[in-house]
Amino acid sequence: MAQVTLRNLVKDYDQTPAVRGIDLDIADKEFVVLVGPSGCGKTTTLRMIAGLEDITGGEILIGGDVVNDVPPKDRDIAMVFQNYALYPHMTVHENMSFGLRLKKLPKDEIRRRVAAVAGILGIGELLDRKPKQLSGGQRQRVAMGRAIVRNPKVFLFDEPLSNLDAKLRVHMRTEIKKVHQKVRTTTVYVTHDQVEAMTLADRVVVMNAGRIEQAGAPNDLYHSPATLFVAGFIGSPAMNITGCALEETAGALRVRLDGQVSFPVPAERTARYRAYAGQRGLLFGLRPEHLTEMRPHSVANQCPVEVTPEVTEPMGMETLVFFSVNGTEMCARTNPAANTQPGVRTQLLADLNHMHLIDEASGRVL
Amino acid sequence: MSASLRKERRAALAWSYVFLVLFAVIFLTPPLYMFITSLKTSAEISSAKLPWWVFHPTLDNYSALLTSPAYLTFFRNSAVVCVAVVAITMAISIPAAFSLSRMRFWGSGALATGVFLTYLIPETLLFIPLFKIFAFVQDWTGIELMNHWWILIVIFPTLTVPFCTWIMIGYFASIPKELDEAALIDGAGYLQVLTRIFLPVALPGVIAATIFAFTVSWADFLYPMAFATSIDQMVLPAGIVSTLIKGDVFNWGQIMTAALLGAAPPLVIYAFLMDYYIAGLTAGATKG
Repeated sequence: MAQVTLRNLVKDYDQTPAVRGIDLDIADKEFVVLVGPSGCGKTTTLRMIAGLEDITGGEILIGGDVVNDVPPKDRDIAMVFQNYALYPHMTVHENMSFGLRLKKLPKDEIRRRVAAVAGILGIGELLDRKPKQLSGGQRQRVAMGRAIVRNPKVFLFDEPLSNLDAKLRVHMRTEIKKVHQKVRTTTVYVTHDQVEAMTLADRVVVMNAGRIEQAGAPNDLYHSPATLFVAGFIGSPAMNITGCALEETAGALRVRLDGQVSFPVPAERTARYRAYAGQRGLLFGLRPEHLTEMRPHSVANQCPVEVTPEVTEPMGMETLVFFSVNGTEMCARTNPAANTQPGVRTQLLADLNHMHLIDEASGRVL
Repeated sequence: MSASLRKERRAALAWSYVFLVLFAVIFLTPPLYMFITSLKTSAEISSAKLPWWVFHPTLDNYSALLTSPAYLTFFRNSAVVCVAVVAITMAISIPAAFSLSRMRFWGSGALATGVFLTYLIPETLLFIPLFKIFAFVQDWTGIELMNHWWILIVIFPTLTVPFCTWIMIGYFASIPKELDEAALIDGAGYLQVLTRIFLPVALPGVIAATIFAFTVSWADFLYPMAFATSIDQMVLPAGIVSTLIKGDVFNWGQIMTAALLGAAPPLVIYAFLMDYYIAGLTAGATKG
């Protein structure tokens, strides 16, 4: 049983703020991923939870107790590091049992617990090897095993997959998810990879410049970003975002991207957007999957747009089509069967049910 | 692989051999000459016939030295001083290097540089001030520090501690920070991080420092010469020179034998520790 609570958490490095006031409640057994670009303060936040960094201001609670001044070893947490940090002079068994041996647990119990965790992770064969005899993926498993075997209140992961090659990363991602399903423990996971964040998290916390931009379930973040930053950060390929003008004629709203391209705003959003009509500094956002090839059965609020593709990227299951509107490069995800060709003017279908209107100055999604 | 590359590699190898052989010859000639001379009688040495060959080999020099109470005393003094100095040096340097490399505290950077600067002051500058200090201590406490072999146990660490600390700061700094953080999270205290993680992982560095401390305290000449005057208080380097050179009579055979025997312990220790010294133990700790 361990919730983790951060209250107005602040960290300055020699007057340079790294974390500028974070409030976050992490429920027991929840898997929370902190994600953001490098320098956004996510790793610093994790290290403060671990007790590896002093905190400049605010409070950290683990299991209801304030742990601001509690040393790492007494916080009952376990951490998996980006570079694994295995003890090079110890075997896998010794690495995993190090914390238990420090606690002076009986030998039998140590052996039993290590064996059980090694079983979960499939590293039972490796227990007598030294870290240098292991592959990257195996080292990663051992590092996780070392954390799990201690049965801590909280797991902390610091970009654990970023040293692995792409294929192994996808595999280990699934492994981590499986392990969390077996060993239900509160987990805080830091990554800069938004795909990792989306796939692993119960709740994703997007950080930027030392603050939380938005926290929520992966799909909520994806479909209803609260800010320009989240809209642009979550999703790959990224959301198409370009400047626009909101025009009102006879009670109906239109979003105009440039001289040629403009879309009617769906009727159910008219009330929400009306106040911004004519306002400057608005941005229009639409995800690539909502810009597709023309389809025979169109739904309400889908409307055609004529573009000249500049580049097409066949991905097999889809073809990415890149074109410019209003000086901004935009991306559409089309069916390969549509056979869109670069340089050949073509019609795409924009699904405005999923459009976003963003106020550039405040960065808020309206 | 092109032929020219292989040719270039062969040329590079050939040159390395040339220089390695040159070095080996330069460095091995003196011990070889010592060995040859140690097998000669004084008469044969002074006859100056072909110094590189022994016509009447004899072990007289060896038996004379190994039965001489004075030489055995030098040896014993040297050994005790050496072991004590190495122990004291390590007891101070290891925790010092650990705290200077890992525990950020006010002035730790300046202190680390200060430690190194201390080492740069040559001993030739220090033995006269040390004399003064010893005289001062004797005036105030009545304890005589001069002319005792054990005073070297106090003096040598002033040479060995700064340098050994400096070497080990470098080695400890090369240990990834995550390793001690992982241990801290696993429940270790700083002392356990030092003994269970740092010492095993930085063993090559600790051994390099040990070898240095051993070599200094075994072979240093100036301080033993300056601070011990009676025969029974001398250590090997000073003792050999003091007893085997009588006025202007150089007993070359015994001098060479004594030096050769004196060089044996470091040689044995180097050979023994070399494997550990070379082994890179940090491999596999982190990605790389």
